[in-house]
Parts: sequence; structure tokens; C-alpha cells
Amino acid sequence: MPINLQMPALSPTMEEGTLSKWLVKEGDTVSSGDLLAEIETDKATMEFEAIDEGVIAKIVVAEGTDNVKVGDVIAIIAEDGEEVSDVEAAPAPKATAKPAVKAPTPAPASKAEPAAAPQKMEAAVDGRVKASPLARRLAEQKGVDLAAVSGSGPSGRIVKADIDSAKGGTAPVKSETATPVPSAAPAPTATSGDFDIPHSTEKLSGMRKTIARRLTEAKQTIPHIYLTVDIELDKLLKLRGELNKSLEPRGIKLSVNDLLIKALAVALVQVPKCNVSIDGDQLKTFERADISVAVSIPGGLITPIVTSADSKSLSQISTEMGDLAERAKAGKLKMHEYQGGTASISNMGMFGIKNFDAVINPPQAMIMAIGAGQKRPHVIDDSLQIATIMSATGSFDHRAIDGADGAQLMKVFKELCENPLGMLA
Amino acid sequence: MSKSYDLIVLGSGPGGYVAAIRASQLGLKTAIVERENLGGICLNWGCIPTKAMLRSAEVFHNMKHAADYGLVAEKISADLDAIVKRSRGVAKQLNQGVTGLMKKNKIDVVMGDGTITAPGKLAVKTAKGEEELSAKNIIIATGARARDLPFAKADGKRIWTYRHAMTPPEMPSKLLVIGSGAIGIEFASFYNDIGVDVTVVEMLDRVVPVEDEEISKFLEKSLKKQGMTIMTGAGVKSIDAGDKGVKADIEDSKGKIESHDFSHVIVAVGIQPNIETIGLDQLGVEPDERYHIKTDEYCRTNIDGIYAIGDCTAGPWLAHKASHEGVIAAETIAGGHPHAMDVNNIPGCTYCHPQIASVGLTEAKAKDAGYDVKVGKFPFIGNGKAIALGETDGFIKTVFDAKTGELLGAHMIGAEVTELIQGYTVGKTLETTEAELMNTVFPHPTLSEMMHESVLDAYGRVLHM
Repeated sequence: MPINLQMPALSPTMEEGTLSKWLVKEGDTVSSGDLLAEIETDKATMEFEAIDEGVIAKIVVAEGTDNVKVGDVIAIIAEDGEEVSDVEAAPAPKATAKPAVKAPTPAPASKAEPAAAPQKMEAAVDGRVKASPLARRLAEQKGVDLAAVSGSGPSGRIVKADIDSAKGGTAPVKSETATPVPSAAPAPTATSGDFDIPHSTEKLSGMRKTIARRLTEAKQTIPHIYLTVDIELDKLLKLRGELNKSLEPRGIKLSVNDLLIKALAVALVQVPKCNVSIDGDQLKTFERADISVAVSIPGGLITPIVTSADSKSLSQISTEMGDLAERAKAGKLKMHEYQGGTASISNMGMFGIKNFDAVINPPQAMIMAIGAGQKRPHVIDDSLQIATIMSATGSFDHRAIDGADGAQLMKVFKELCENPLGMLA
Repeated sequence: MSKSYDLIVLGSGPGGYVAAIRASQLGLKTAIVERENLGGICLNWGCIPTKAMLRSAEVFHNMKHAADYGLVAEKISADLDAIVKRSRGVAKQLNQGVTGLMKKNKIDVVMGDGTITAPGKLAVKTAKGEEELSAKNIIIATGARARDLPFAKADGKRIWTYRHAMTPPEMPSKLLVIGSGAIGIEFASFYNDIGVDVTVVEMLDRVVPVEDEEISKFLEKSLKKQGMTIMTGAGVKSIDAGDKGVKADIEDSKGKIESHDFSHVIVAVGIQPNIETIGLDQLGVEPDERYHIKTDEYCRTNIDGIYAIGDCTAGPWLAHKASHEGVIAAETIAGGHPHAMDVNNIPGCTYCHPQIASVGLTEAKAKDAGYDVKVGKFPFIGNGKAIALGETDGFIKTVFDAKTGELLGAHMIGAEVTELIQGYTVGKTLETTEAELMNTVFPHPTLSEMMHESVLDAYGRVLHM
């Protein structure tokens, strides 16, 4: 039997992707593990491996094709002894086709990975979300992403009640025809007809849609509270200078951010009530701190993760972060490298931003927003002096974290930054 | 020494005995207490024996119309005694079936009146004296009885409840049925079919008032055509029962009171739960505003370890609802995770002639609930099988939420609809939309094709109209 090669779901929320490049051509013999194609998702470009052996009999979807739906047949592999002509005639039924793709290996940190419950992951990987017909239609109408809903029906089937209790607006934006605007309602669209201001338009990229969806979801579903502290940074800067001097022979240069990642991770482990995630009616408390670091990349933002940052050395964190940031900018991160994390850090100090409130990255329950370290007048020992002060604002999911616990985390973070030897020991 | 169990079920009707079987399957040591007949009202005095009688009425009806089918049936008549005898035989067979099921599932049957004396303690007055039982959990499944009219106490001679109507002392000549719910209308239909002059008095403005309004209207017309007298919006003011008959003062919908003579009266004005003598007050089990036991969706009362199912709780008061609750309660007790009961997915069947079956919201209730509805309808006259059967009276109506395509309700009247409704019930439970129903292939030639056509009609796509 010829094998239908289907468009794989490379992330739990992936519905379609771009087949950017074929790495094989018709007639090539492939075996399990061979790279077949590069596929661009809403988040990254990923490589697609074979799990079956055979000859590429036919490439169905040409490279460079956008919006290829998950589950669509993209190529046909003939097994040993099969004629390619047999394959041409073979029907390619979508539903019975054998998924010929190895699921992307989940992050090694699966225990501490709140990004997706295991069953949701599976559901998405085999391309099937169990949901009642009515639930599917309601999800479409309300703009709810089924992959993000956990089902209360038999075997986790998503039913009407699950959609009713889910918040709308989390689904990837569909084309306008999918959600018709009632003609009577005044459409608040700012199309070019409404304004004569010269402008250009472009279609939202997959990443932009994901950012839009996730930020909307976060602000609509998470009651944020914000706690700000001013931190004296001089000791930390001094320590960084000394460490960098001694690390020079190894070619390692610590950034302030590397130290702050470490400080946040250590603080989270010391205040476990802030190292949590709400999952339905359960609260998960994590036993280590995986820090998602906001990295600005062309066309958007991505959050690669420094796993177990609480127990890694500063040089390890620095090296890892350098590699992650570089690959993030090249769009080469693997899914497990940017999905998960127990809390986030976002630093806008380099732009001179004094302080800001960041949006929590669900299902995480906190994010630390770092402002610029600036020389400011500062009262030290009852006299006005000059010190390098950095404002940091933690955003906390108030459903999961009480104000006092959040304040405790901010206090520990401040102490670690002001007495940085504490985070090394 | 009191015998102790994991679970004692008080009452062995379709709720209680099913709960006991499920509990036993789940490994609970179970006893069931019954004061009268295993199987309760349903098997012995309700659903089943009445269906046996209605079957006789149906066969008789067909015999009277034999000529329509090219058949000759002469000198036909109904023998009420023989009909009742058959009905009792059917009940007996099923009663023995339940006895066998209890034995097979190793459930201890204790015959007697049970009273809960404390949480987990039950005293049963048996023929041999009082027996003490104890259990970690108790399911109350004591059912209900016919509600009395204060001025027309049933005596079994001239004034009957369903129970007397099922084993009548004599053939009535002119029958008054008070109440046109399922029970009243089934007996009215039975006696009308076997040749009795029947009058139905309904307080509300239409017969079978829980059904869709169009169903009520169709049924009333059909029953009148069969010779029944129907008075809606009317009330019986007084009943004077003598040796030879009954005098009833009936106020009609215009407020005019007239006196009518009948040979017998059937009182079918609803039910009253059997919960007064089982010790609930001392325990503090809370009743609801209609004095049924208050339970949550897993059949738990406000007292730990005490559950209640079926007719002694809130409606609908149907055997299959009781059985389903029995399973939910048993699974909850055994630590399982049963699904919660959804009242909108419980079908109802009435075996009058023509039959009625429905599930979910009526059109009016759907609109009251704020739905923008799409309604489809298909008549029996448009269906080949119905014409071949000679059963062209009736229709199937479907109600959809115009916005989401959710099947909100289905309402049927006509031959065999009680066997059809389950198709829609399965669909509703699986949360179907119109699309799946339209995409379903219905076999030809069957009455079920009308179910398809009704859905198609709701979306302007009906084929055979």
C-alpha cells in the first residue's frame, strides 16, 4: 500500500503551515529519520522527518505553498516493490491515511511544561480533536480554539458546556467570511474607504496572529496585578564586571539580563507560590524554574526558554541564551525550545524604558518586566546619593497568586539583585 | 444483629432495581427493600400492563378497520376481562424477571415497609417482624402515587385511579377522565378504542399540556374525530358518586357550570411522592418547593450518604429517567464519574392513539428561552411507508437554534413514533447540529424518513412536499 504523507501538526495549535522547502524529490529512496521537508508554522520553521521507508512516488504539494492544512496529503511514498504508477492511481483518502510523520519530541521538561496537557498534545498531533458537532460549530462562531479547550465529555470529548465556559477570541483569526458581521450592526472596520489617510496594508503573519490571540486571551482571562520595586544595581554591575574579566579567556561575556534570569529563577524556587500555573480547576506548583525570555525578532517576538535556570551556572545561562537568541532570530527554534516555561522575563532597559507592565504569557502565572538601570538620586543611609537604580515590575495572575506572595517574590528578587553573591551560592 | 451493606435501595421500581443491579456490578454489597411488588409501579401497575392493554385496543381498532386492508372481520367485540387478564400476565412475567435479576446479581431482597431511622440505618417492617439493616449509603427510590382530588376520593367502585382503571370491576358505559396528561389520555384512548363513551376534562387550555402546542391541537382533533368529548380550560367542580353512577358538575371554558352523568370517573391529575413515612423529617432531608426530595445532578440529597432518584424527586416523572438516575447514583456511590443528567435529553412517550413522542424544548419554550428558532415539519401523508400502513395521521416537528444549528427539540405524533424518538435523542445527546442529521442516510421505506424530511424542511430543503 502506498503511504500518504500528511501535513504534520508541529505544534498543538497549528492548523496550517507553509511547505517552505522539499528536501527530497520524486524517485528518492527514503528511510525512517530522513529529513523530508522544511515546514514553516506560525511560530518557527521545523524539519519534517520520515518514519516510513520507501520511494517518494509523488510530491502532491509543491514547495512554497502557503496555508497547507494539517492532515492534507503532501506526498505519496511507495513501499518496496510498488510501482509508481500504482501509486498514481491509488486513492488518497485523508481520513484513513496513516500519519507518516514522527511527532516532534516533546520537551525533555515535559513534567514542568504547562504549555499543553499531554492529552491535548496527542490530540493535536494525530490531527484529531474530539468534539461534538455542536461544540465545533460554537467554537467556530465564538472564535474559541478547540485545541486549547479540555473536554468534559466521555474520553475528553469537548461538548457544548466546555465551549460555553471557554472564553471567546482565542482562535486564530479566520477569514472574514467565517464570521459574518450582521449587516444591521455598524461595522467598526477601519477600511480604506473610511479614512483617506494614505496607508499600506499587509496580511497578518502567522506569528502576528498568534501574538494577537495569545495577548488577547491573557488580558481577557487573567486578572493581572502589578508590583514594582526599585533595585540598586551597583553591586550586581560590579560583580558582572569581575566575572566577565575572569571569564574572558573562555570567551564568555555575561549580560545583565543573564544575571536577572538567574535571579528570577532562584527567587521563584525560593517562593514556590509564584512558580505556578492554573490548569482548569487545578493549580500546578513547579519544582524548578524554566524562564521564558522575551526575544524581539523580525516581525514579532518569541520566548525561548532557559530550562532549570535556578540550578544552572551563569556561564551556562549566558551560553545557552546566546545560542537561543541567535536561532530565534533565524527562525530555527524547535517547538520545545519556546513552548513551556514556568515564568517569563522581558527586558526593555536597552531602550531606556524606566518601567513597564508586561502581559502574562499563559498558562504561566507571572512575568517580570525589567526597566533601564539608570543613575538616579537615591537615599542611602539617610543621605542623598547617586546610585544605579533599576525598576522591575512583576505581573501576577491574581487567580493563582495572592498579593502578599507576589510581594514576597519581588522582595527576594530585589535582595538577590542587590546582594548578587546570594544567587551564586 | 443488624445486617450491614454498602448500599440499601429503598423501593424496587425501575429506578431502585436498576440502581441495585448497577451497584452490584460495581462490587457494592447491596440490598433492596420493597413493600409490595418487585419492579414497582412501572412493571406491575404502570408502563407495562397499560401497554399490554393499549396493544389490545390497537388490535381491536385495526380489526374494526379490517375492511380497509381487504380483510373480513365479523362479529368482533372486546372482552375486557380477557384484556385485563393478559395485561396481568405480562406484568407477572416481568415481575418474575426482576426477581431473577436480583438473584443473579446477588442482591438481598427484603420485603416490607422501610423507614430510615438514622443516616445509614434502616428499619423494615416485614411479615416476620421488624428487621434492622445498616448501610454506608441509602438510595431512596420510593416513587409516587396518584394525586387525590379532595372532592373525588378514589374508592375503586365508581371513582378510579390508574390502578383501578387497569383492573376495572366492570366495563364502564360512560367514562369521565379528569386530567389529560400521559396517564389520563392513555386510559381515555384505551376505553374509547374498546367502545366506551369517553369525556376528558383538562384544566389547562389544551390536552397533553407538556407537549408542543401543535401536538396538543392535532391530538385533540384526532381524539374528537374518534368520538371522544374533550373539554379544555374546564374544571370539575364536584363529584357525586352513587350506586348507579356519578354526577359531575363541570365548569366549561366560558364559566358555565353544567351537570353531567357518568358511569365511572378516572382521576389522573398528577402524582404525589411517597416520602411521608420513610423518616425524612427526622433526618432533615430537604424537600423542594413541590414537596419532592431535593437532589443535585448526581442524585445526592442534602444529607451525606442519602441519595434519591425517580418519581420521589423532581420531574420529569418517567421510568427511564428513574433508571438512568439509578445508574448515576450507584456510580457516584462507587466512586465513579457518571455524567450528569440533562433533562432536555430525556424523551417522553405517550401511548394514546395516535401516539406522541418528544424530546427537548417545545417551539414555545425555545422561544421563551430566547432562541431564534428554525422549525421543520413533515406530515405522515407524505411518507410512503405511512400510506402503506394505512396510518396517514400525524407529523414530525423539529426545532433548531437558528444561530448554531443545535437540535433543541423534536415532537412527533402518529403511528409508532414512540419507537422513532430515540433517533433524535441519540443525536441530541451527541450534540448534533442540522448538518449531521441531514447527512444521515435514513432507510427506505420507513417512517423514519419523515425524521429526515422534517430536518430538511427546517432549512427549506424538504424533498417530498
